[in-house]
Amino acid sequence: MSVAAEVLDYECVDTEQVPPALRDSALQGASSGPAMLAYFAAGILLGVLFVRSEVASWFRIQEMFRFQSLHMYGIIGSAVVVAGLSLVIIRRLGVRTLHGEPIELTPKQWGAGQVRGARYWMGGSVFGLGWALIGACPGPMFALIGSGLGVMAAGLLAAMAGTWSYGVVQRYLPH
Amino acid sequence: MHSLLSGTWPWYVAGPLIGLIVPLLLVVGGKVFGISSNLRHMCAAVPVPDSAKPSFLRYDWLRVGGWNMVFALGIVVGGWLATATLGVPDVGANISEATRADLSSLGITSLSGYAPADLFSWQSLGSPLGLLIVIVGGFLVGFGARWAGGCTSGHAISGLAALQAPSLVAVVGFFAGGLLITHLLYPVLLPALLGGGL
Repeated sequence: MSVAAEVLDYECVDTEQVPPALRDSALQGASSGPAMLAYFAAGILLGVLFVRSEVASWFRIQEMFRFQSLHMYGIIGSAVVVAGLSLVIIRRLGVRTLHGEPIELTPKQWGAGQVRGARYWMGGSVFGLGWALIGACPGPMFALIGSGLGVMAAGLLAAMAGTWSYGVVQRYLPH
Repeated sequence: MHSLLSGTWPWYVAGPLIGLIVPLLLVVGGKVFGISSNLRHMCAAVPVPDSAKPSFLRYDWLRVGGWNMVFALGIVVGGWLATATLGVPDVGANISEATRADLSSLGITSLSGYAPADLFSWQSLGSPLGLLIVIVGGFLVGFGARWAGGCTSGHAISGLAALQAPSLVAVVGFFAGGLLITHLLYPVLLPALLGGGL
């Protein structure tokens, strides 16, 4: 296997957003019981928000792609603004993780392929086709399964099949 | 109070709270908000021999992704909690009049629940349209998210918040694909398959 393929293989696995030398210790510290409880609680909050703001609804996704309401744009836009301001504050104040590591964001890489950013616009477009069909991105899929839309479990299995297939053909795709 | 909570939570409440998940995960464990990685972790966790998996799926998923799977499990529980306490939101009544009119002109008759029952039921999975929407749609979401290196959470929220140009390109792609399905495929396909008695 080529070096490029080796590098690709491990890209996009969750990486701790701390200086590279501290990633292993960050991973240890961030896997403690209290930290896991915090992730679980954050997930519950997000699931509730996905359902009650109706982001998880196929109807809202259609409304968004038809530009017929501010609702979805307001949610994504205000989430980006609040997250962005938080990152500015984290950087300015030098906020560290609870475990003590400095927070250092890993930049997204333009791929090494011949077409610049191929993976982002090609992969992004494929994702968009699916998003408008099933009317849910991965987070809302989880929330919908919890809320009792059982058939979404079949959609999640199909999404796993898509991820698995990507892993098989990855080396043939432009990145 | 109950009726206030069971209606649509406004964007200016839900959006900022979703945005706060980003610094929360960073501060608790240096984690980046991105949900679609879980699809990869779940594939890596499938108990088949390594030789049956592409190298993309051979890694220590529990160590690397355990936290994110706990987070995703929380989302499932949150979805259950939100529905068990406040009921299924009446989204069809809450969306804009224009969307309701468009959808009914395409032949979608049921506007109750999270998604049209014509498209999302175990029975409809046996029809070409149900297969396309749920199975092909799900497949493309899983394939495209990994190809693009992220989904709505990883690119549209985490990436844009960090001013990452590749994420902006990915988000443009999300919309290109979504607009294509909504404005080119659905107007032809939905009336034909829903109204034509196929």
